[in-house]
Amino acid sequence: MLEIKNLHVKLEEEDKQILNGVNLTVEAGKVHAIMGPNGSGKSTLSYVLSGRDGYEVTEGSATLEGEDLLAMEVEERAAAGMFLAFQYPVEIPGVGNMTFLRTAVNAQRKARGQEEMSATEFLKVVREKAKTLKIDADMLKRPVNVGFSGGEKKRNEILQMAMLEPKMCILDETDSGLDVDAMKLVSDGVNALRDEGRGFLVITHYQRLLDHIKPDVVHIMANGRIIKTGGPELALEVEHNGYADILAETA
Amino acid sequence: MALPKLKADATEARLATLELPIGGWTDTARREALARVQAMGLPARRDEYWKYTRPDTLVAPETPEAQVYEMDEQLLFDEVDRLCLVFVDGVFDAEASDEIAGEGLEITRLAEVAGADIHWAQGLYGTLEAAGQVPVPRTLAALNTAFATDGVLIRVTGKVEKPILLRYFHRATTSDAMLHHVIKLEPGAQMTLLENGPAAARFNKVMEVEVANGATFHHVRAQGRDHQRRAATHIFARLGAESVFKSFTSTANGVLTRNEVVVEFTGDDAVAHVAGACVGDGDFLHDDTVFITHDAVGCESRQVFKKVLRNGATGVFQGKILVKAGAQKTDGYQLSQSLLLDDDSQFYAKPELEIYADDVACSHGSTSGAIDETGLFYLRSRGVPEGLATDLLTLAFLAEAVQEIEDERLQECINTRLSEWLERRRG
Ligand SMILES: Nc1ncnc2c1ncn2[C@@H]1O[C@H](COP(=O)(O)OP(=O)(O)O)[C@@H](O)[C@H]1O
Ligand SMILES: [Mg+2]
Repeated sequence: MLEIKNLHVKLEEEDKQILNGVNLTVEAGKVHAIMGPNGSGKSTLSYVLSGRDGYEVTEGSATLEGEDLLAMEVEERAAAGMFLAFQYPVEIPGVGNMTFLRTAVNAQRKARGQEEMSATEFLKVVREKAKTLKIDADMLKRPVNVGFSGGEKKRNEILQMAMLEPKMCILDETDSGLDVDAMKLVSDGVNALRDEGRGFLVITHYQRLLDHIKPDVVHIMANGRIIKTGGPELALEVEHNGYADILAETA
Repeated sequence: MALPKLKADATEARLATLELPIGGWTDTARREALARVQAMGLPARRDEYWKYTRPDTLVAPETPEAQVYEMDEQLLFDEVDRLCLVFVDGVFDAEASDEIAGEGLEITRLAEVAGADIHWAQGLYGTLEAAGQVPVPRTLAALNTAFATDGVLIRVTGKVEKPILLRYFHRATTSDAMLHHVIKLEPGAQMTLLENGPAAARFNKVMEVEVANGATFHHVRAQGRDHQRRAATHIFARLGAESVFKSFTSTANGVLTRNEVVVEFTGDDAVAHVAGACVGDGDFLHDDTVFITHDAVGCESRQVFKKVLRNGATGVFQGKILVKAGAQKTDGYQLSQSLLLDDDSQFYAKPELEIYADDVACSHGSTSGAIDETGLFYLRSRGVPEGLATDLLTLAFLAEAVQEIEDERLQECINTRLSEWLERRRG
């Protein structure tokens, strides 16, 4: 599904290297988790994969189902099936949440040569999915993320993911700022999307989320590199001992 | 005090092309207005009040040409149940107009009744304009009072349900039109006035509005799309106690537009909202000049002006809130913002507060910025193409001004127009 090879990334504006040769393959149907200290480059990896400005790939490649992601525009990546649940979802005053969702869904359908969803069908689907995430009519009407609590923003990200049905989902610290109940809602939302044809890359600091969203593979990232890869037990190790031991053994 | 020679000459040159209508109930007002024009002189490039906008083509004896734009879209406000009066290059078109009659509504045209000896509008015609000449001259408005060839005189005594629409067509490339409207809302009366169209190659329009105690006046205007048209418009409003005055203007295209709004609160606890959303591309200058005088207790004034500028378009905002001594509990708010879609476009803002009362809350803010890159990335990351995403953010930027229109149907009409304008540019 997602194949990242020897990815080196620096900041466009400064001479600062952030990713130093990331290798990572997420297979369809699998959930991979990335853990790692703050500043290790996890968000940068997610931004580079979704096409944010400001980064320069100096070496390596990233493909989605064999297609060169790095050559695509941001919106083309989305239409190809890439989705990033943002660590900090963006507020967009003046654009209604519903308008935003419908525009996005139909833009992707159009890009894939599919027919647009009718207004009534869209409304039906969105209401249904919003309900399972406990997103009420008011939140759907309000401007995108404006005045939303931290938890509401994260639930709104999952709603977008559910509506867009991407092939490859990256979740960047979707658990941060969530209380126990919200964590359950969000994890249920993600698990409902788990599917043979879909890959997940879950960035988190905590085992807590991985109790709900059970990963197949766990990676540890440090200094812009994957320094260790293992099974779910690796996350438990981090939970108990922190990163120090792993950093020391790979140094 | 004699005028500088250049100004006096320019004024005389313009006056030489015009003929003062004589006789009837407007006679005195017109003569007095002509005297004002001669005393103040027409605006010139060096005038402080015209610092950012060159008035040359607005005062020139000859009308600069303006190509007629072929309409390729449905007429605005067509989907709204309204009564319509049509002017073509400033000349009334009876055939295209509705017969207007309504409960609590009296409408006549200036040209129809100007010959009469008396008229209810006599005490207003030119009066609010004259009062609005202090402390800054607005000579183009005085010129209009003197020479206007037509206009509508509306007196409202009840609650008028259907909006009245003034539709202005532009069909001649060098038409020079001057219309003068007088609107009087008696105590407790209500009406909505709509205006739409480019009107003429050069359009000078004055609207004097008296909103008596407890009356409500809503105004929604969309200035025409003709790229080369020029317009100088003035609204003079005098507000009684507990009255409401809300005026919104959207402007798309037009090589030069100067919209002045002069509001005076004379009764307590009244409300005035003045808003504007303009979109300009290329050879476009749009100037909103607003002057609000609080001379009563507990009044609320609100100005919300948004401008989207691209390809070298220019936006100007001059807005003043004057709070006179004794106008306690004044709530004054002013916001002027521009969204510059490229580096060539420019925005000049001159916000002013002058306050002589101590118990007031007044604020103003003016900003100029580009599209929010983070928002743009967020939208695109959800699959929205860059052009469409930019348009969504642009409409969102304008929304605060458009939302000043109270009637949601009318909001929808304006929003549709604005998004179509953006869509055409996206190609
Ligand atoms: N746009 C940027 N400008 C400056 N520094 C950046 C930028 N993006 C990332 N960095 C730096 O790159 C490093 C990795 O950051 P990030 O990817 O956010 O890490 P993580 O998500 O693992 O906490 C940090 O040192 C951060 O300060
Ligand atoms: Mg991060």
